Amino acid sequence: MSRIYTVKNKLVESRLFLNRLIAALILILLLTSGLIVRLIYLQIVGHEHYATLAKDNSIKIEPLVPTRGIIYDRHGKVLADNTQSFSLELIPEEISDLDGTLQRLQKLLTISDEKIDQYQKQRKRQKRFVSTPLLISMNDEELAKFAVVRPYFPGVDIQARLVRHYPYAELASHVVGYVGRINEAEMKSLPLAEYRGSSHVGKIGIENTYETELHGKTGYAEIETNVQARAINTVDSVLPIPGDNLYLTLDIDLQKTAYDALGDFNGAVVAIDIKTGGVLVFASRPGFDPNPFVIGIANDAYQTLQSSENQPLYNRALRGLYPPGSTVKPFIALAGLEYNAISTEHQLFCPGYYQLPNVSHHYRDWKKGGHGSVNMTEAITESCDVYFYSLASTLGIDRMHNFLQNFGFGEKSGIDLTGEKSGLMPSREWKRSQRNQSWYPGETLITGIGQGFLQVTPIQLAKATATLANKGKVITPFLVKKATSLNTEDPAMESHLNNIPLKSENINTIISAMVNVIHSPHGTAKSISKNIAYQIAGKTGTAQVFNIKQDAKYNEKNIDFKLRDHALFISFAPADDPQIAVAVIVENGGHGGSVAAPIAGQVIKQYLGSTNEN
Amino acid sequence: MKTETRSEQFHSPSLIGNILRKLHIDIPLFIGLFLIALLSFTILYSAGSQDMGVLMRQAARVGLAFLLMTALAHVDPYQFKRYSALLFSFGIILLVAVLILGQFGKGAQRWLDLGIFRFQPSEMIKITTPMMVAWYLAEHALPPKTKQLLVAGLLIITPTLLIAKQPDLGTALLVASSGAAVLFFAGLSWKFILAICTALAGVTPVIWQFMRPYQRDRVLTFLNPEADPLGRGYHIIQSKIAIGSGGIYGKGWLGSTQSELDFLPESSTDFIFAVFAEEFGLFGCLGLLALYLLIISRCLFIASQAQDTYSRLLASSLAFTFFVYVFVNIGMVIGVLPVVGVPLPLISYGGTSIVTLLAGFGILMSIHTHKKFLPH
Repeated sequence: MSRIYTVKNKLVESRLFLNRLIAALILILLLTSGLIVRLIYLQIVGHEHYATLAKDNSIKIEPLVPTRGIIYDRHGKVLADNTQSFSLELIPEEISDLDGTLQRLQKLLTISDEKIDQYQKQRKRQKRFVSTPLLISMNDEELAKFAVVRPYFPGVDIQARLVRHYPYAELASHVVGYVGRINEAEMKSLPLAEYRGSSHVGKIGIENTYETELHGKTGYAEIETNVQARAINTVDSVLPIPGDNLYLTLDIDLQKTAYDALGDFNGAVVAIDIKTGGVLVFASRPGFDPNPFVIGIANDAYQTLQSSENQPLYNRALRGLYPPGSTVKPFIALAGLEYNAISTEHQLFCPGYYQLPNVSHHYRDWKKGGHGSVNMTEAITESCDVYFYSLASTLGIDRMHNFLQNFGFGEKSGIDLTGEKSGLMPSREWKRSQRNQSWYPGETLITGIGQGFLQVTPIQLAKATATLANKGKVITPFLVKKATSLNTEDPAMESHLNNIPLKSENINTIISAMVNVIHSPHGTAKSISKNIAYQIAGKTGTAQVFNIKQDAKYNEKNIDFKLRDHALFISFAPADDPQIAVAVIVENGGHGGSVAAPIAGQVIKQYLGSTNEN
Repeated sequence: MKTETRSEQFHSPSLIGNILRKLHIDIPLFIGLFLIALLSFTILYSAGSQDMGVLMRQAARVGLAFLLMTALAHVDPYQFKRYSALLFSFGIILLVAVLILGQFGKGAQRWLDLGIFRFQPSEMIKITTPMMVAWYLAEHALPPKTKQLLVAGLLIITPTLLIAKQPDLGTALLVASSGAAVLFFAGLSWKFILAICTALAGVTPVIWQFMRPYQRDRVLTFLNPEADPLGRGYHIIQSKIAIGSGGIYGKGWLGSTQSELDFLPESSTDFIFAVFAEEFGLFGCLGLLALYLLIISRCLFIASQAQDTYSRLLASSLAFTFFVYVFVNIGMVIGVLPVVGVPLPLISYGGTSIVTLLAGFGILMSIHTHKKFLPH
């Protein structure tokens, strides 16, 4: 049927099609005429204008690089600024014999082969006709030497550039970070237009996290140049917008106290303003001098840093994973109270070890011979392991996991630094999925004293301590005040995303037990209680780096230094109106009470004041 | 075989003519394409900084494409019709495959890596979409009714969206216009065309929402290139300088300074017209446009002579799409259209688009040289 219909319309179809062909032809001719009109406009009407623009000695569009924002600490001390520096730059396309020129320059200014190689690499990455630095930070002698021969080096010129400078060097290296030359991967991901002319970009730390704010907005100038591409005259320009200055919550003097207090140990100190979440101290020792990275660190110097046993490039405060040891005990005790798994008065006899029913294994207390009969306050004050083995066994891993997670264990703290590690709060599900094993009761016990799979970073520990001091109000630590002027107060915590519901008598019990740690004669950190008019609450911790055999004795002196225990300490003060929370981790420091606590003590006393200047 | 002997009887018996007819080559079209190819080598030599390697690689591709064209010219158009739906479905499957594989890679994914060479399914769909739409519409009486319009619309939108998602806005645009061209030649009513144009203007803000940031940038740059002379506006400003400085007579072959000094980006590929305009001036541009128009006219003539609905629709659509190709590229280089990444057909450096284009011309030649004689 449809076939007949089709045949019947053959002629109509043909005519329709022919009409459409003509319509299409007309459309094509019209559109082509449009193109021709535009071509006439460009090539006849606009010819003179465009020909001028195209002339070799005419206009070039040059980017105007914005000044990078300055980074200050909370009191306005400069942590990163820009200093004037002169660099020797080449435009390869304007040099007829590049290799020869480089050789002559190398002889004249005694430039190392490595620098020449570096230059060659950078040059290949650049767009054509872009000035590329060969020497950065020229000294007066080099400047004078080149100034004399400049006319004989077309395409080579001295440029004044601003170079990033970090006055506190290794002290704040892990917080502030550094800028370095843009590498190939970054070249692809950065907005091309904004970085046309920028040679550096923030690599780590605040310099990296706040790259956009610090960088500013690139302007441009239309510059008339001569045959040698030297600027003659600026025709028109749009000025760059400098990057924002950043004010950190960090107190560099306090940071210095903490850093110095670590002495020759490797470790980290993090202090948080409890009311706001602003980070006061973020020290990771050893640090490194970021300044060589700015001008391009020499290969062997970098290798030395990389291969150093102390790992100075490693940001311990942000990425270091440590077992929390006994510092986890106040949190476990609080969990016991909140879940009604134990009462404050409950007494437990500690013989110096703990056994699971029907298992011969002895879970040892750190104190040989045991603590005798202890209640919760005493167990925290003296850091009795057996009490917490027993409590952990009652609570079980599921409840411990759920409760500790609220305090940020196993989760990134959310601080405004890139590369943070999330630590590990183990659970049955985690072990099943990651290790394909079921959870063993013994693992519950050692989690109760902060050993086993449990791992925290110093910033996490500080956040958890601040949350405890805040009686359950979770803070998010931050380094940069959103305001860019010095006089603004730290932004108060707008809203607590998480408010852990805690009974006030429970949290008060824990806090008073933590006060005992410092102010009771049995306290494990009583040494720091001197010369203060307020009370400090805290908890010591000692984290095993390796396992001691069942019958062996732990003897510090006989153990290789790198295998000695890590010393930890968490604290906040004043206990009745908490202002500052401090977490200290001293790698291979031995005991928390004797090594880590005094460091926190110094920081707290400097921040809140002490009755005796010593 | 039968058709061959038949058509021979109706042509004047000259020796060369006979050979060419045996080859199923349409002489005017072939000459036009050959001239454009020669022009392409000339201008590529200049735009590619006189690199013979570039030229040799392109010559190999063009040679291959001409072989493919000749091969397709030998196929009976009935076969194209018969396999339209199959080829189209196959193309769609490949597009989906590319999208899925693209999930594992980063960013834009347009290729299927077949070991020896990489295959771009969106190129094949440029031809199979008009084939499919033509096949579908030819099954029914023309002009198409609402139901057929809906189905045809679906057939066009599916590959268009799949390609736009890659994301490859330029190719998506060409595929959509090739399908739309079939509808137009099938006699889509003027009222309907007007309605679609109005609707398109209405959904523009919606499309804007779905565009990737870089696609939005291109449109914004097109609207005001001077706002960002360092970044996105750079291409257009530099290409206008190159074209304008060429003037009426141009700077002569190898005389382009803008691409030589690297001011003009992508001078061998999408922006090659700017180099051409700089070196050969307004006269050169008019000549090139004339050559393109001659090729298009010949194709439209072939369409008018085609003897069944399918061939007519396909031939006219291929001709019109070729024009869209030329118009979009030149339009973007001279700054009247946004930069969508479409090469200048048969001239820009790069293999895939030339192969597809010449395949299309092969089909046109097949349609023209396999006519069965039906008295009117």
